[in-house]
Amino acid sequence: MAPDGGERYTIPMLTRRTLIASALAAPAAAQVDLGFADNGLRPTTRAFPQKGEMILQRSTPPLLETPLSVFDAHDFTPNDRFYVRWHYPFPTSIDPTKHRLRVGGHVGKPLELSLADLARLPRVAIAAVNQCAGNGRGLFSPRMAGAQWGNGAMGNALWEGVRLKDVLALAGVRPGAVAVRCGGLDTPLVEAAPDFEKSLPIDHALTDDVLIAWGMNGQPLPLLNGFPLRLVVPGWYSTYWVKMLDHIEVLDKADEGFWMAKAYLQPANALADVVPGAPAGPRVPVTIMRPRAVITNITDNSKLPPRSLTPVQGLAFGGDQGVKKVELSADGGRSWVPAQLGPDHGRYSFRRFRGALALGPGRHIILARATNAAGVSQPLTQNWNPSGYNRAGVDPVRVEIA
Amino acid sequence: MRLSLALAALALVAAAPPTRRLAVELPDAEGLLPERYGVSSEAVNNNCLACHSAAMITAQPRLTRVQWGETITKMRTVYAAPIDPADDKAILDWLVAD
Repeated sequence: MAPDGGERYTIPMLTRRTLIASALAAPAAAQVDLGFADNGLRPTTRAFPQKGEMILQRSTPPLLETPLSVFDAHDFTPNDRFYVRWHYPFPTSIDPTKHRLRVGGHVGKPLELSLADLARLPRVAIAAVNQCAGNGRGLFSPRMAGAQWGNGAMGNALWEGVRLKDVLALAGVRPGAVAVRCGGLDTPLVEAAPDFEKSLPIDHALTDDVLIAWGMNGQPLPLLNGFPLRLVVPGWYSTYWVKMLDHIEVLDKADEGFWMAKAYLQPANALADVVPGAPAGPRVPVTIMRPRAVITNITDNSKLPPRSLTPVQGLAFGGDQGVKKVELSADGGRSWVPAQLGPDHGRYSFRRFRGALALGPGRHIILARATNAAGVSQPLTQNWNPSGYNRAGVDPVRVEIA
Repeated sequence: MRLSLALAALALVAAAPPTRRLAVELPDAEGLLPERYGVSSEAVNNNCLACHSAAMITAQPRLTRVQWGETITKMRTVYAAPIDPADDKAILDWLVAD
Protein backbone atom coordinates (compact mmCIF):
# COMPACT_ATOMS: atom_id res chain seq x y z
CA MET A 1 0.00 0.00 0.00
CA ALA A 2 1.04 3.58 -0.39
CA PRO A 3 2.36 4.97 2.87
CA ASP A 4 0.09 7.71 4.12
CA GLY A 5 1.75 10.95 4.92
CA GLY A 6 5.34 12.11 4.84
CA GLU A 7 5.58 12.43 8.58
CA ARG A 8 5.91 8.77 9.34
CA TYR A 9 7.72 7.65 6.23
CA THR A 10 9.88 9.25 3.58
CA ILE A 11 10.44 7.73 0.16
CA PRO A 12 13.41 8.89 -1.91
CA MET A 13 13.09 9.34 -5.65
CA LEU A 14 15.54 8.24 -8.30
CA THR A 15 16.09 11.30 -10.44
CA ARG A 16 17.95 11.87 -13.66
CA ARG A 17 20.11 14.40 -11.86
CA THR A 18 21.33 11.88 -9.26
CA LEU A 19 21.94 9.35 -12.03
CA ILE A 20 24.20 11.72 -13.88
CA ALA A 21 25.96 12.89 -10.74
CA SER A 22 26.79 9.36 -9.69
CA ALA A 23 28.05 8.42 -13.14
CA LEU A 24 30.61 11.19 -12.89
CA ALA A 25 31.57 10.35 -9.33
CA ALA A 26 31.67 6.54 -9.62
CA PRO A 27 34.56 5.39 -7.43
CA ALA A 28 36.82 2.50 -8.31
CA ALA A 29 35.60 -0.57 -6.44
CA ALA A 30 36.93 -3.95 -5.44
CA GLN A 31 35.48 -6.79 -7.45
CA VAL A 32 34.46 -10.35 -6.72
CA ASP A 33 34.02 -13.15 -9.23
CA LEU A 34 30.78 -15.04 -8.57
CA GLY A 35 31.94 -17.88 -10.83
CA PHE A 36 29.24 -17.59 -13.49
CA ALA A 37 29.91 -18.89 -17.01
CA ASP A 38 29.55 -15.31 -18.25
CA ASN A 39 29.45 -11.84 -16.68
CA GLY A 40 30.13 -12.88 -13.08
CA LEU A 41 32.28 -9.97 -11.90
CA ARG A 42 30.58 -7.67 -9.39
CA PRO A 43 31.83 -4.68 -7.44
CA THR A 44 31.69 -4.70 -3.67
CA THR A 45 30.31 -1.73 -1.77
CA ARG A 46 30.27 -0.25 1.72
CA ALA A 47 27.94 2.57 0.71
CA PHE A 48 24.67 1.17 2.06
CA PRO A 49 23.27 2.19 5.45
CA GLN A 50 23.73 -0.28 8.32
CA LYS A 51 25.71 -2.55 5.99
CA GLY A 52 29.37 -3.49 5.82
CA GLU A 53 31.04 -4.77 2.67
CA MET A 54 28.43 -6.30 0.36
CA ILE A 55 28.40 -7.49 -3.24
CA LEU A 56 26.58 -4.89 -5.33
CA GLN A 57 24.07 -6.51 -7.66
CA ARG A 58 21.92 -3.41 -8.12
CA SER A 59 21.76 -0.16 -6.20
CA THR A 60 18.15 0.83 -6.90
CA PRO A 61 16.04 -0.79 -5.61
CA PRO A 62 18.87 -2.45 -3.71
CA LEU A 63 20.04 -5.99 -4.39
CA LEU A 64 23.02 -6.68 -2.12
CA GLU A 65 24.62 -10.10 -1.86
CA THR A 66 26.47 -11.55 1.14
CA PRO A 67 30.09 -12.54 0.39
CA LEU A 68 30.96 -16.23 0.86
CA SER A 69 33.57 -15.39 3.51
CA VAL A 70 30.80 -14.18 5.84
CA PHE A 71 29.18 -17.62 5.79
CA ASP A 72 32.54 -19.21 6.50
CA ALA A 73 32.89 -17.14 9.67
CA HIS A 74 29.35 -17.13 11.13
CA ASP A 75 26.49 -19.56 11.78
CA PHE A 76 24.31 -16.48 12.34
CA THR A 77 24.79 -14.01 9.51
CA PRO A 78 25.60 -10.60 11.02
CA ASN A 79 22.90 -8.00 10.38
CA ASP A 80 25.37 -5.71 8.64
CA ARG A 81 26.29 -8.44 6.17
CA PHE A 82 22.79 -9.88 5.62
CA TYR A 83 21.67 -9.84 1.98
CA VAL A 84 19.12 -7.31 0.75
CA ARG A 85 16.42 -7.63 -1.89
CA TRP A 86 13.75 -5.06 -2.78
CA HIS A 87 11.35 -4.96 -5.72
CA TYR A 88 10.14 -1.40 -5.21
CA PRO A 89 11.07 1.87 -3.47
CA PHE A 90 10.55 2.00 0.29
CA PRO A 91 10.66 4.63 3.04
CA THR A 92 14.10 5.55 4.37
CA SER A 93 12.85 7.18 7.56
CA ILE A 94 10.50 5.33 9.89
CA ASP A 95 9.22 6.18 13.36
CA PRO A 96 8.42 2.81 14.94
CA THR A 97 6.21 4.38 17.61
CA LYS A 98 3.93 5.67 14.85
CA HIS A 99 4.03 2.53 12.72
CA ARG A 100 0.72 0.67 12.57
CA LEU A 101 -0.09 -2.88 11.50
CA ARG A 102 -3.61 -3.10 10.11
CA VAL A 103 -5.33 -6.49 10.33
CA GLY A 104 -8.52 -6.82 8.35
CA GLY A 105 -10.48 -8.74 5.75
CA HIS A 106 -12.32 -11.89 6.76
CA VAL A 107 -12.03 -11.27 10.52
CA GLY A 108 -14.44 -10.55 13.32
CA LYS A 109 -12.75 -7.35 14.46
CA PRO A 110 -10.41 -5.32 12.23
CA LEU A 111 -7.42 -3.98 14.18
CA GLU A 112 -4.76 -1.34 13.97
CA LEU A 113 -1.84 -2.39 16.15
CA SER A 114 1.20 -0.48 17.33
CA LEU A 115 4.48 -2.20 18.12
CA ALA A 116 3.64 -1.70 21.80
CA ASP A 117 0.35 -3.54 21.23
CA LEU A 118 2.23 -6.42 19.60
CA ALA A 119 4.71 -6.51 22.47
CA ARG A 120 1.92 -7.49 24.88
CA LEU A 121 1.57 -10.84 23.10
CA PRO A 122 3.80 -13.81 24.06
CA ARG A 123 7.28 -13.25 22.63
CA VAL A 124 9.03 -15.86 20.58
CA ALA A 125 12.53 -16.22 19.13
CA ILE A 126 13.43 -18.64 16.38
CA ALA A 127 16.58 -19.28 14.36
CA ALA A 128 15.78 -19.53 10.67
CA VAL A 129 17.39 -19.30 7.25
CA ASN A 130 16.01 -16.64 4.95
CA GLN A 131 16.79 -17.49 1.33
CA CYS A 132 15.70 -15.81 -1.88
CA ALA A 133 13.84 -18.17 -4.24
CA GLY A 134 16.36 -17.14 -6.90
CA ASN A 135 19.48 -17.75 -4.82
CA GLY A 136 22.19 -19.17 -7.12
CA ARG A 137 20.34 -18.11 -10.29
CA GLY A 138 23.54 -16.92 -11.97
CA LEU A 139 25.03 -20.41 -11.59
CA PHE A 140 22.39 -22.13 -13.71
CA SER A 141 23.12 -23.40 -17.19
CA PRO A 142 21.56 -22.31 -19.44
CA ARG A 143 21.27 -18.88 -17.85
CA MET A 144 18.05 -16.91 -17.51
CA ALA A 145 17.12 -13.24 -16.96
CA GLY A 146 16.55 -12.02 -13.39
CA ALA A 147 18.65 -11.02 -10.39
CA GLN A 148 21.98 -12.73 -11.05
CA TRP A 149 22.75 -14.02 -7.56
CA GLY A 150 25.60 -16.28 -6.60
CA ASN A 151 24.87 -18.32 -3.48
CA GLY A 152 24.84 -15.27 -1.19
CA ALA A 153 21.13 -14.39 -1.36
CA MET A 154 20.62 -16.18 1.93
CA GLY A 155 21.28 -15.65 5.61
CA ASN A 156 20.52 -17.07 9.01
CA ALA A 157 19.30 -15.02 11.97
CA LEU A 158 17.62 -15.29 15.33
CA TRP A 159 14.25 -13.64 14.65
CA GLU A 160 12.33 -12.20 17.60
CA GLY A 161 8.74 -11.10 17.79
CA VAL A 162 5.28 -12.60 18.20
CA ARG A 163 3.32 -15.32 16.46
CA LEU A 164 1.20 -14.39 13.46
CA LYS A 165 -1.46 -16.77 14.79
CA ASP A 166 -1.69 -14.81 18.07
CA VAL A 167 -2.23 -11.58 16.11
CA LEU A 168 -4.87 -13.26 13.95
CA ALA A 169 -6.57 -14.57 17.09
CA LEU A 170 -6.90 -10.98 18.38
CA ALA A 171 -8.79 -10.08 15.20
CA GLY A 172 -10.74 -13.35 15.12
CA VAL A 173 -10.43 -15.29 11.87
CA ARG A 174 -13.92 -16.05 10.56
CA PRO A 175 -14.95 -19.47 9.22
CA GLY A 176 -14.22 -19.88 5.53
CA ALA A 177 -10.84 -18.11 5.58
CA VAL A 178 -8.45 -19.61 3.03
CA ALA A 179 -5.39 -17.35 2.98
CA VAL A 180 -3.64 -14.51 4.79
CA ARG A 181 -2.24 -11.76 2.56
CA CYS A 182 0.58 -9.55 3.83
CA GLY A 183 2.00 -6.32 2.48
CA GLY A 184 4.52 -3.69 3.50
CA LEU A 185 5.46 -0.07 2.99
CA ASP A 186 7.25 -0.61 -0.31
CA THR A 187 5.40 0.99 -3.21
CA PRO A 188 5.91 0.81 -6.96
CA LEU A 189 7.04 4.02 -8.63
CA VAL A 190 4.42 3.48 -11.36
CA GLU A 191 0.98 3.51 -9.80
CA ALA A 192 -0.46 0.85 -12.12
CA ALA A 193 2.25 -1.68 -11.17
CA PRO A 194 1.09 -4.45 -8.83
CA ASP A 195 1.69 -3.78 -5.13
CA PHE A 196 3.99 -6.35 -3.55
CA GLU A 197 1.77 -8.62 -1.47
CA LYS A 198 2.20 -12.30 -0.60
CA SER A 199 -0.23 -14.82 0.84
CA LEU A 200 0.13 -17.82 3.09
CA PRO A 201 -2.49 -20.58 3.08
CA ILE A 202 -4.55 -20.13 6.26
CA ASP A 203 -3.37 -23.47 7.67
CA HIS A 204 0.24 -22.38 7.40
CA ALA A 205 -0.43 -18.88 8.72
CA LEU A 206 -1.85 -20.46 11.90
CA THR A 207 1.20 -22.65 12.63
CA ASP A 208 3.36 -21.86 15.68
CA ASP A 209 6.52 -20.96 13.78
CA VAL A 210 5.30 -18.09 11.59
CA LEU A 211 6.28 -14.84 13.29
CA ILE A 212 5.88 -11.11 13.02
CA ALA A 213 9.41 -10.09 13.99
CA TRP A 214 11.00 -6.83 15.06
CA GLY A 215 14.27 -8.31 16.28
CA MET A 216 17.11 -9.84 14.30
CA ASN A 217 20.10 -11.28 16.12
CA GLY A 218 19.28 -9.23 19.22
CA GLN A 219 18.92 -5.89 17.41
CA PRO A 220 16.08 -4.10 15.64
CA LEU A 221 15.80 -5.14 11.99
CA PRO A 222 18.08 -3.07 9.77
CA LEU A 223 16.01 -0.76 7.60
CA LEU A 224 17.09 -2.63 4.47
CA ASN A 225 15.92 -5.91 6.03
CA GLY A 226 12.45 -4.61 6.84
CA PHE A 227 12.46 -2.28 9.87
CA PRO A 228 10.35 -2.12 11.93
CA LEU A 229 8.43 -5.39 11.32
CA ARG A 230 8.73 -8.31 8.96
CA LEU A 231 7.02 -11.60 8.49
CA VAL A 232 9.16 -14.65 9.27
CA VAL A 233 8.13 -17.88 7.57
CA PRO A 234 10.74 -20.48 8.59
CA GLY A 235 11.43 -23.13 5.96
CA TRP A 236 9.76 -21.10 3.20
CA TYR A 237 11.46 -18.90 0.63
CA SER A 238 12.06 -15.28 1.50
CA THR A 239 9.46 -13.95 -0.92
CA TYR A 240 6.90 -14.60 1.84
CA TRP A 241 8.92 -12.80 4.52
CA VAL A 242 7.24 -9.46 3.81
CA LYS A 243 9.38 -6.51 4.94
CA MET A 244 8.14 -3.29 6.59
CA LEU A 245 4.93 -5.23 7.23
CA ASP A 246 1.99 -2.84 7.67
CA HIS A 247 -1.09 -4.74 6.58
CA ILE A 248 -2.54 -8.21 6.88
CA GLU A 249 -5.72 -9.22 5.15
CA VAL A 250 -7.53 -12.51 5.77
CA LEU A 251 -9.01 -13.76 2.49
CA ASP A 252 -12.03 -15.99 1.98
CA LYS A 253 -10.90 -16.89 -1.53
CA ALA A 254 -7.58 -17.55 -3.24
CA ASP A 255 -5.24 -14.58 -3.74
CA GLU A 256 -5.41 -13.70 -7.43
CA GLY A 257 -2.90 -10.85 -7.11
CA PHE A 258 0.08 -10.74 -9.48
CA TRP A 259 2.69 -11.73 -6.89
CA MET A 260 0.83 -14.93 -5.99
CA ALA A 261 -0.94 -15.89 -9.21
CA LYS A 262 1.69 -14.93 -11.79
CA ALA A 263 5.08 -14.41 -10.13
CA TYR A 264 7.32 -16.68 -8.07
CA LEU A 265 5.84 -19.77 -9.74
CA GLN A 266 7.81 -22.93 -10.38
CA PRO A 267 7.12 -26.14 -12.31
CA ALA A 268 4.78 -28.34 -10.29
CA ASN A 269 7.21 -31.07 -9.30
CA ALA A 270 9.25 -31.46 -6.13
CA LEU A 271 12.53 -30.25 -7.62
CA ALA A 272 10.89 -27.60 -9.84
CA ASP A 273 12.81 -29.31 -12.61
CA VAL A 274 12.19 -29.14 -16.35
CA VAL A 275 14.38 -29.73 -19.38
CA PRO A 276 15.58 -26.39 -20.78
CA GLY A 277 13.44 -25.45 -23.75
CA ALA A 278 10.67 -27.91 -22.89
CA PRO A 279 7.19 -26.54 -22.03
CA ALA A 280 7.09 -25.52 -18.36
CA GLY A 281 3.77 -27.30 -17.79
CA PRO A 282 1.62 -26.58 -14.73
CA ARG A 283 3.19 -24.16 -12.23
CA VAL A 284 2.69 -23.63 -8.50
CA PRO A 285 3.96 -20.96 -6.09
CA VAL A 286 7.45 -21.50 -4.67
CA THR A 287 7.06 -22.44 -0.99
CA ILE A 288 9.30 -24.81 0.98
CA MET A 289 13.06 -24.62 0.54
CA ARG A 290 15.08 -27.67 -0.42
CA PRO A 291 18.06 -28.88 1.64
CA ARG A 292 21.38 -27.37 0.55
CA ALA A 293 25.02 -27.44 1.57
CA VAL A 294 27.35 -24.62 0.53
CA ILE A 295 31.12 -25.00 0.85
CA THR A 296 32.42 -21.75 2.31
CA ASN A 297 36.17 -22.20 2.88
CA ILE A 298 37.11 -22.95 -0.74
CA THR A 299 35.94 -20.79 -3.62
CA ASP A 300 35.21 -22.40 -6.96
CA ASN A 301 38.21 -22.55 -9.31
CA SER A 302 40.82 -22.00 -6.64
CA LYS A 303 44.34 -23.33 -6.11
CA LEU A 304 45.31 -24.90 -2.81
CA PRO A 305 48.65 -26.11 -1.45
CA PRO A 306 49.09 -29.87 -1.01
CA ARG A 307 48.19 -31.24 2.42
CA SER A 308 47.62 -34.77 3.66
CA LEU A 309 44.00 -33.82 4.29
CA THR A 310 42.30 -30.77 2.78
CA PRO A 311 39.74 -29.27 5.17
CA VAL A 312 36.28 -28.66 3.70
CA GLN A 313 33.85 -26.51 5.66
CA GLY A 314 30.52 -24.89 4.99
CA LEU A 315 26.93 -24.27 5.97
CA ALA A 316 23.94 -26.51 5.39
CA PHE A 317 20.24 -26.17 5.94
CA GLY A 318 17.42 -28.65 5.57
CA GLY A 319 14.55 -26.51 4.26
CA ASP A 320 11.64 -26.99 6.66
CA GLN A 321 13.46 -29.82 8.46
CA GLY A 322 16.71 -30.06 10.36
CA VAL A 323 19.94 -31.20 8.76
CA LYS A 324 20.50 -34.92 9.26
CA LYS A 325 23.85 -35.26 7.52
CA VAL A 326 26.32 -33.66 5.15
CA GLU A 327 28.65 -35.84 3.09
CA LEU A 328 31.68 -34.99 1.00
CA SER A 329 32.96 -36.55 -2.20
CA ALA A 330 35.92 -35.94 -4.48
CA ASP A 331 35.15 -38.70 -7.00
CA GLY A 332 31.93 -37.48 -8.56
CA GLY A 333 29.77 -39.07 -5.90
CA ARG A 334 31.01 -42.66 -6.19
CA SER A 335 32.13 -42.54 -2.57
CA TRP A 336 31.19 -40.21 0.26
CA VAL A 337 32.74 -39.35 3.62
CA PRO A 338 30.59 -37.87 6.38
CA ALA A 339 31.29 -34.33 7.58
CA GLN A 340 30.95 -33.44 11.26
CA LEU A 341 27.99 -31.24 12.09
CA GLY A 342 28.38 -28.16 14.29
CA PRO A 343 25.98 -26.87 16.97
CA ASP A 344 22.26 -27.39 16.35
CA HIS A 345 20.48 -24.00 16.57
CA GLY A 346 17.11 -25.48 15.60
CA ARG A 347 15.55 -27.17 12.59
CA TYR A 348 15.30 -24.06 10.41
CA SER A 349 18.82 -22.77 11.08
CA PHE A 350 22.13 -22.98 9.23
CA ARG A 351 24.17 -25.91 10.51
CA ARG A 352 27.92 -25.83 10.10
CA PHE A 353 29.71 -28.82 8.65
CA ARG A 354 33.40 -29.64 8.79
CA GLY A 355 35.24 -32.45 7.08
CA ALA A 356 38.38 -33.29 5.15
CA LEU A 357 39.32 -34.97 1.89
CA ALA A 358 42.58 -36.59 0.82
CA LEU A 359 43.38 -34.71 -2.38
CA GLY A 360 46.62 -35.41 -4.25
CA PRO A 361 48.27 -32.98 -6.65
CA GLY A 362 46.11 -32.13 -9.66
CA ARG A 363 42.56 -31.03 -10.35
CA HIS A 364 39.59 -32.13 -8.26
CA ILE A 365 35.88 -31.47 -7.98
CA ILE A 366 34.59 -31.35 -4.41
CA LEU A 367 30.96 -32.11 -3.67
CA ALA A 368 29.05 -31.49 -0.43
CA ARG A 369 25.59 -33.03 -0.18
CA ALA A 370 23.01 -32.25 2.52
CA THR A 371 20.24 -34.59 3.66
CA ASN A 372 17.46 -33.36 5.90
CA ALA A 373 15.65 -35.06 8.79
CA ALA A 374 12.91 -36.23 6.41
CA GLY A 375 15.54 -38.01 4.32
CA VAL A 376 15.39 -35.52 1.43
CA SER A 377 18.79 -35.24 -0.20
CA GLN A 378 20.38 -33.01 -2.83
CA PRO A 379 20.51 -34.38 -6.38
CA LEU A 380 23.94 -34.59 -8.03
CA THR A 381 22.51 -33.27 -11.28
CA GLN A 382 21.35 -29.67 -11.00
CA ASN A 383 17.62 -29.03 -11.40
CA TRP A 384 16.59 -26.27 -13.83
CA ASN A 385 13.54 -24.12 -14.56
CA PRO A 386 12.96 -21.02 -16.71
CA SER A 387 12.84 -18.61 -13.72
CA GLY A 388 15.89 -19.98 -11.94
CA TYR A 389 14.09 -20.80 -8.68
CA ASN A 390 14.60 -23.50 -6.08
CA ARG A 391 18.22 -24.36 -6.91
CA ALA A 392 18.57 -27.70 -5.15
CA GLY A 393 21.45 -29.69 -6.59
CA VAL A 394 24.95 -30.13 -5.24
CA ASP A 395 27.20 -27.20 -6.20
CA PRO A 396 30.55 -28.59 -7.41
CA VAL A 397 33.66 -26.71 -6.26
CA ARG A 398 36.67 -27.04 -8.59
CA VAL A 399 40.13 -26.96 -7.01
CA GLU A 400 43.67 -27.50 -8.14
CA ILE A 401 46.18 -28.86 -5.65
CA ALA A 402 49.58 -27.52 -6.60
CA MET B 1 18.37 -32.17 27.32
CA ARG B 2 20.77 -30.06 25.30
CA LEU B 3 17.97 -29.12 22.92
CA SER B 4 15.62 -27.95 25.68
CA LEU B 5 18.41 -25.83 27.20
CA ALA B 6 19.02 -24.26 23.80
CA LEU B 7 15.32 -23.46 23.40
CA ALA B 8 15.19 -21.93 26.88
CA ALA B 9 18.13 -19.72 25.96
CA LEU B 10 16.35 -18.61 22.80
CA ALA B 11 13.16 -17.76 24.63
CA LEU B 12 15.01 -15.50 27.07
CA VAL B 13 16.51 -13.21 24.47
CA ALA B 14 13.28 -11.94 22.93
CA ALA B 15 13.69 -8.20 23.32
CA ALA B 16 11.28 -5.28 23.32
CA PRO B 17 10.36 -3.68 19.98
CA PRO B 18 12.29 -0.61 18.80
CA THR B 19 11.11 2.85 19.83
CA ARG B 20 13.64 5.13 18.12
CA ARG B 21 13.14 6.61 14.65
CA LEU B 22 15.45 5.13 12.05
CA ALA B 23 16.47 7.37 9.18
CA VAL B 24 19.03 6.34 6.57
CA GLU B 25 20.39 7.64 3.32
CA LEU B 26 20.77 5.44 0.28
CA PRO B 27 23.73 5.86 -2.06
CA ASP B 28 23.34 7.17 -5.58
CA ALA B 29 22.53 4.73 -8.38
CA GLU B 30 25.12 3.43 -10.83
CA GLY B 31 24.56 6.22 -13.31
CA LEU B 32 23.72 6.24 -16.99
CA LEU B 33 24.56 3.49 -19.43
CA PRO B 34 27.28 4.40 -21.95
CA GLU B 35 27.16 4.21 -25.71
CA ARG B 36 28.21 0.71 -26.88
CA TYR B 37 29.98 -0.04 -30.15
CA GLY B 38 28.66 3.19 -31.57
CA VAL B 39 25.05 2.42 -30.58
CA SER B 40 23.38 5.22 -28.66
CA SER B 41 22.20 4.49 -25.10
CA GLU B 42 19.74 7.38 -25.06
CA ALA B 43 16.61 5.22 -25.45
CA VAL B 44 17.65 2.69 -22.83
CA ASN B 45 18.62 5.46 -20.40
CA ASN B 46 15.36 7.31 -20.94
CA ASN B 47 13.07 4.30 -20.66
CA CYS B 48 14.72 1.78 -18.35
CA LEU B 49 16.36 3.59 -15.45
CA ALA B 50 13.36 5.17 -13.74
CA CYS B 51 12.34 2.00 -11.90
CA HIS B 52 15.71 0.26 -11.57
CA SER B 53 19.30 1.32 -11.83
CA ALA B 54 21.68 0.39 -14.63
CA ALA B 55 23.21 -2.66 -12.95
CA MET B 56 19.96 -4.59 -13.40
CA ILE B 57 20.76 -4.51 -17.11
CA THR B 58 24.55 -4.81 -17.06
CA ALA B 59 24.45 -7.77 -14.64
CA GLN B 60 22.43 -9.95 -17.01
CA PRO B 61 23.97 -12.83 -18.92
CA ARG B 62 24.11 -12.69 -22.70
CA LEU B 63 20.46 -12.67 -23.80
CA THR B 64 19.08 -12.83 -27.33
CA ARG B 65 17.16 -10.00 -28.96
CA VAL B 66 14.02 -12.15 -28.53
CA GLN B 67 14.69 -12.61 -24.79
CA TRP B 68 15.31 -8.89 -24.30
CA GLY B 69 12.12 -8.20 -26.24
CA GLU B 70 10.23 -10.43 -23.81
CA THR B 71 11.75 -8.49 -20.93
CA ILE B 72 10.56 -5.18 -22.41
CA THR B 73 7.09 -6.67 -22.83
CA LYS B 74 7.10 -7.83 -19.20
CA MET B 75 8.18 -4.41 -17.95
CA ARG B 76 5.40 -2.80 -19.96
CA THR B 77 2.54 -5.24 -19.30
CA VAL B 78 3.30 -6.32 -15.72
CA TYR B 79 5.00 -3.29 -14.20
CA ALA B 80 3.20 -0.70 -16.33
CA ALA B 81 6.51 0.84 -17.37
CA PRO B 82 5.77 3.78 -19.68
CA ILE B 83 8.17 2.61 -22.38
CA ASP B 84 7.51 4.38 -25.67
CA PRO B 85 6.90 1.64 -28.30
CA ALA B 86 8.70 3.86 -30.78
CA ASP B 87 11.85 3.37 -28.68
CA ASP B 88 11.77 -0.45 -28.63
CA LYS B 89 14.09 -0.83 -31.61
CA ALA B 90 16.66 1.59 -30.22
CA ILE B 91 16.51 -0.07 -26.80
CA LEU B 92 17.00 -3.53 -28.29
CA ASP B 93 19.79 -2.32 -30.58
CA TRP B 94 21.74 -1.16 -27.53
CA LEU B 95 21.00 -4.25 -25.42
CA VAL B 96 22.40 -6.63 -28.04
CA ALA B 97 25.16 -4.32 -29.34
CA ASP B 98 28.21 -6.53 -29.72
